[in-house]
Amino acid sequence: MPKILIPTPLRQFAGGNDAVEAAGSTVGECLEALTTQYPDLRKNLYNDEGKLRSFVNIYLNDEDIRYLSKTGTAAKDSDTISIVPSIAGGR
Amino acid sequence: MPATAVPVALSNEEVLRYSRHLILPEVGMDGQLKLKSAKVLCIGTGGLGAPIGMYLAAAGIGTIGLVDFDIVDRTNLQRQIIHGTKDIGKKKLDSAAETIADINPNVNVVKYEVALSSENAMQIMKGYDVVVDGTDNFPTRYLVNDACVLLGIPNVYGSIFRFEGQSSVFATTDGPCYRCLYPEPPPPGLVPSCAEGGVLGILPGMIGVMQATEVVKLILGKGDTLVGRLVLYDALNMRFREMRLRKSPDCPICGPDRSIHQLIDYHQFCGIPQQPAQAEPAAAKNGEIEPADVKSLLDAMHNFILIDVREPHEYQICNIGAKLIPLGELPKRLNELDPQAEYVMHCKSGMRSGKACDLMRQNGFTNVRNMKGGILAWADKVDPRVPKY
Repeated sequence: MPKILIPTPLRQFAGGNDAVEAAGSTVGECLEALTTQYPDLRKNLYNDEGKLRSFVNIYLNDEDIRYLSKTGTAAKDSDTISIVPSIAGGR
Repeated sequence: MPATAVPVALSNEEVLRYSRHLILPEVGMDGQLKLKSAKVLCIGTGGLGAPIGMYLAAAGIGTIGLVDFDIVDRTNLQRQIIHGTKDIGKKKLDSAAETIADINPNVNVVKYEVALSSENAMQIMKGYDVVVDGTDNFPTRYLVNDACVLLGIPNVYGSIFRFEGQSSVFATTDGPCYRCLYPEPPPPGLVPSCAEGGVLGILPGMIGVMQATEVVKLILGKGDTLVGRLVLYDALNMRFREMRLRKSPDCPICGPDRSIHQLIDYHQFCGIPQQPAQAEPAAAKNGEIEPADVKSLLDAMHNFILIDVREPHEYQICNIGAKLIPLGELPKRLNELDPQAEYVMHCKSGMRSGKACDLMRQNGFTNVRNMKGGILAWADKVDPRVPKY
């Protein structure tokens, strides 16, 4: 199953895990499986219309899915999906 | 890349000081003179700004502008190594300028004691060759980005959270900008700040040093910079990853059909009402109670329940004997609590307990008050033996 890497700010909504394996043949299906397993993640990843929030980027390996086929991007078992939210700390 | 005229020569003292640079073919005399004639603006002299300012000074950047309006306090010292214990209470600008002068008296430091804003950003940033973003909030990050794009100045970006950091270079002529990466900020409150979420003290050192490295490379025109790449660093697992970053065709400020032509209201853009120094949520103002009055209730054995909504590791640092229910667990644990009972909620400074009060009131609890200023105020006003953190 593709592996989804969970960033620090969202781990509290994913049972404290830094990586979760999620079944699916597309990035969208894997994220669906992830948010079914951890429902608290859903509101952090999707807006009220069910679209990915614009301060959360999803990468398949090192490529932003916005430049692939978005959530329809095919995902293989060997792929890593990264959730990269915007963070602002600096002080 | 610097537009400024290259100075004629280095002094003998400078030749000796920069000797390890001068014998590097990638730097050499030409490169060192480029560094000396360069003007770099550091926004913030905190966690990221500290190593950035110190290394850029040591490297021989000729002019370093510093923007900060904060005062050094003890909680800064775990990571802001440009400031020391002797500097507590001093302006960060003065403290940073003194450290820089000690490291390298050849550096010309320009101090800007202001909060960067849409009104002053263009004026301050104009004329600098590179801007380094060491700020700590979304409005200023979008402001720095937009001003850099509008002025055509590269923006060396770094940001940190707990054990994780990001770095990239934005707003170069052909490269992406911060808005290409993140078109919009998260709603306020969803991502905790370092003050709320904590940060590994060494982390800004790592990210700040990466930013300083990119500044030097941009000025020298050497190597492969982070333009078009986002580096992610995870200190806890000591792992670096790299993501590809593209210039977004839909970018509202650097795209072909851009809709932003001048600086905007960044607090509004980030959904933050502009009320500086007003840290408490609106609802908290109703139903607040002073720490001294909570103490009186406790002393009088008044029948009420005192709840601490901080995290268990914070409770370990200090507590005042309250029942511990972390804010994140509160929604699931409301059934443990009697809606008819009287409650006083507290946290570290009153923010989280304000949210807890809102949540309880929404769930039918009628007698809920927030202890004003949290355990920090308790330490100040009731019991100085309680350590502040």
